[in-house]
Amino acid sequence: MTAEALRRWETLIVVLLAGVAVWASLGVDGFANASNVSFLLLDTTEIALMALTMTLVVVAAEIDLSVASTLGLSCAVLGRLWDAGLPIEAIMPICLLVGAACGAVNGLLVTRLGLPSLAVTIGTFALFRGLAYVLLGSQAVADLPPAYTGLATSSIGPVPLATVLVAVLAVVAGLVLHATGLGRSIVALGSNAEAAWFSGVRVRRIKLWLFVASGVMASLASLVYTFRYASARADNGMGLELAVVAAVLLGGVSIFGGKGTLPGVLVAVLLLGVVRNALILADVANEVLNFVTGLLLVASVLAPNVGAVRRRRTPSPVEGKSVS
Amino acid sequence: MTTGPMTTRALWRPVALLAGLVLLTSACGGTTKSDVRQQQSSAPAGAASSAAANPDAPLKRGLKIAFLPKQVNNPYFTIADQGGVAAAKEFGGTGKEVGPSDASASSQVSYINTLIQQKQDAIVISANDPDAVVPALKQARAAGIKVVSYDSDTAPEGRDVFVNQAGAEDLGRTEVQLLAKQLGNKGKIAILSATPNATNQNTWIEFMKDELKKPEYKDMELVKVAYGNDDDQKSFTETQGLLRSYPDLAGIISPTTVGIAAAARYLSDSPYKGKVKLTGLGTPNQLRKFVKDGTIEAFELWNPADLGYLASYAAAALASGQITGGEGETFKAGRLGDYTVGAKGEVLLGKPTVFDTSNIDDFDF
Repeated sequence: MTAEALRRWETLIVVLLAGVAVWASLGVDGFANASNVSFLLLDTTEIALMALTMTLVVVAAEIDLSVASTLGLSCAVLGRLWDAGLPIEAIMPICLLVGAACGAVNGLLVTRLGLPSLAVTIGTFALFRGLAYVLLGSQAVADLPPAYTGLATSSIGPVPLATVLVAVLAVVAGLVLHATGLGRSIVALGSNAEAAWFSGVRVRRIKLWLFVASGVMASLASLVYTFRYASARADNGMGLELAVVAAVLLGGVSIFGGKGTLPGVLVAVLLLGVVRNALILADVANEVLNFVTGLLLVASVLAPNVGAVRRRRTPSPVEGKSVS
Repeated sequence: MTTGPMTTRALWRPVALLAGLVLLTSACGGTTKSDVRQQQSSAPAGAASSAAANPDAPLKRGLKIAFLPKQVNNPYFTIADQGGVAAAKEFGGTGKEVGPSDASASSQVSYINTLIQQKQDAIVISANDPDAVVPALKQARAAGIKVVSYDSDTAPEGRDVFVNQAGAEDLGRTEVQLLAKQLGNKGKIAILSATPNATNQNTWIEFMKDELKKPEYKDMELVKVAYGNDDDQKSFTETQGLLRSYPDLAGIISPTTVGIAAAARYLSDSPYKGKVKLTGLGTPNQLRKFVKDGTIEAFELWNPADLGYLASYAAAALASGQITGGEGETFKAGRLGDYTVGAKGEVLLGKPTVFDTSNIDDFDF
C-alpha cells in the first residue's frame, strides 16, 4: 500500500519533469539546445552530490543542515592551504578529511549524546561557516590551477564531466540503499530505530557513518564548486542546504524517515534545476522564482504525508496499533 | 555502548589511509601556487581585441542590453539599472534588469548562461565575485556578447570595458573641497575611515592629503585619521573619541557610508551638532534626516542613475563597433557627453554628485 503510493509519487514527479521540459522546449527560447542542457546539468552538480547522501541521512530519520557550511569550510581550507603553497593534489584529500571530520562531529553529537540532528546540524551549520570565515575572511582565492578548473567545466559531448561523477556516485548510493543489507538496515532504522536495534541493526554506528559520508560528499561538492567557479571563498555554496533538502523531500523521501528512493531524488534535483533554468530564461522575476521553488517544496512535504497526517489526526480505534 | 570503541577505530582507518595519500602526493610534488604563477607569467599576455574600433560607426538600433546587478531589489542597483534602461531607450534598444536576490558569489553565473542563450547583445554586470563570473563571461564573449562591468569590476579577462564610478582622485579631492567650503578653509579636521587596510579608502585619503597641501588650505590641519572598521558601533565610539581628544575639531570627513552614518548619529545627539561639520560618502536615504536636521550640510556620492546610463552607452558603443575597449578610444554617452576609454579598459564616470537640502529629495536610494 505505502510502496504503491510512493511509486505513484515518483511517477508524478517524472511526469511533472517531462511536462515542464516539454513546455520549456516549446515555449522558452534558448532552453532546448545542447549548451543550455549541458549548463543546466553542470549547475545542479553540487546539489545532486549532496542530495545523494542526504537521501540516506533522511531515510535514516535524521537530517544534515550543515552540508553547505561544510562545503564552505572545505573551500576555505582549500583556499588557505593553496595560498600557503601546498600542492593541490595534497589539498584535495585534506579537504575530504575536513568533510569527514565535520560529518563525524555531527554524527558523534547525534549518536553519542543522543541529540536531535536538526538541532545539532543547525548549530554546526553556523559553526562550520563561521570557521570558514575565520580561515579565509572575505578573501577570495582565485589563482587555482587551470588544469583543474578546466576539468570541472569540461564535458563529453553535451554531458559535463561533473555530471558523470554524479552519475557514478548515484549508482553507488542507489545500490547501497536499494540492493544491500546496509540499505535495508538504513530503511529499517529510519522507520523504527528501536525495533531495528532489537533486530540487530547497529543503529548508532550506521548513523555515524551516514553523517561522515554526508560530510565527505559535501567536501567533494566543494572541490567541484571551487574549480567550477575558479574561486575559493568562505561564502561558497551559501544556502545550498535548502536546495538539497528541497530536492530530497520533493523526491519523495519521507521527512519522518524510513521511506524514499534515490531515483526519485535525482528526478527531483533535475526538476528543480529545469524549473529554475526555464523560468530565468523566460525572464520571470526572481521573487516569482523563489515563490515557485517554495511552492514545490511545500507541496513535496505535504503531498506524500497527507495520508500520514490524516491518519495521525483521526485517532486509531485500536489503541497501540502503530501506523508506521 | 558496545559499538563505541569499534566505531572510533573504524573511523580512523580511512583517515590514516587518506593522510598517507596526502603525504605521498606532497612528497611526489604536484601543482602548487608558484607553478601556476610561473605558467601564467610565461603565457602570452591577454590577447587584445583583434577588431579595430571605428569611432564613426553609428549606434546600432534594436540592441538588447541586460543589466546583471549584484542583487535585484537593491535600491542602489534599481536606480542604476533604470538609468541604463532609459539610455537603451534613447538609442533605440531594449534594456532589462535580471539577477539573483542574494548577493552570493556565484549566483550570477546561472544568469550569465541564460543571457547567452537569450542572445543578448551586451551584458552589463556588477560582479559579486570578480573571479567566479569570469569563466561564464568568457563564454558569453566567445558567443559575441559584449561585456561591460560597472560598480564592481570583474577580472579584466571577463569584460571589455569597466565603467568606474569612483575616480579615486576625484573622490578624494572633492571631499576636501566640500568640507573646506563649509569651514571657510580653516580649522582642524579629522578623517573617519573604514579599516586601516581598506584599499579604496586609503587611496582616497592619499588624494585628500595631497589636496590639503595646496596653499588655499594652509589654515586647515588634518589632526587624525581614525578607523571605524566599517562597523557602526566602532565608528560611533571613534567619533566620540575624536571630539574628546580634539574639542576644537572643526570638521570630519568620513569616506565610507557606514562611518558617515555613525558619525552623523553621534553628532546629531551632541552639542557639536551643526558646529562640527561632517561630510563624506553616503547615500541620500541613509543621511536624509541628518541633512534635514542640520547635522550634515552636504555630502557626496556618484549618481547611480548616471552610472547605469553611461554603462548602457558603453555597451552600445561596444556592440556597434565604435570602441573595442582599447585605451584612447572615445564614444558619446548621450546627455553625459564624450568619454574616453582609459588604461585597462576603464571608463571614469567623473565627478561625484553633491547632495544637500536643495536636491536630496530628488534621490531615492
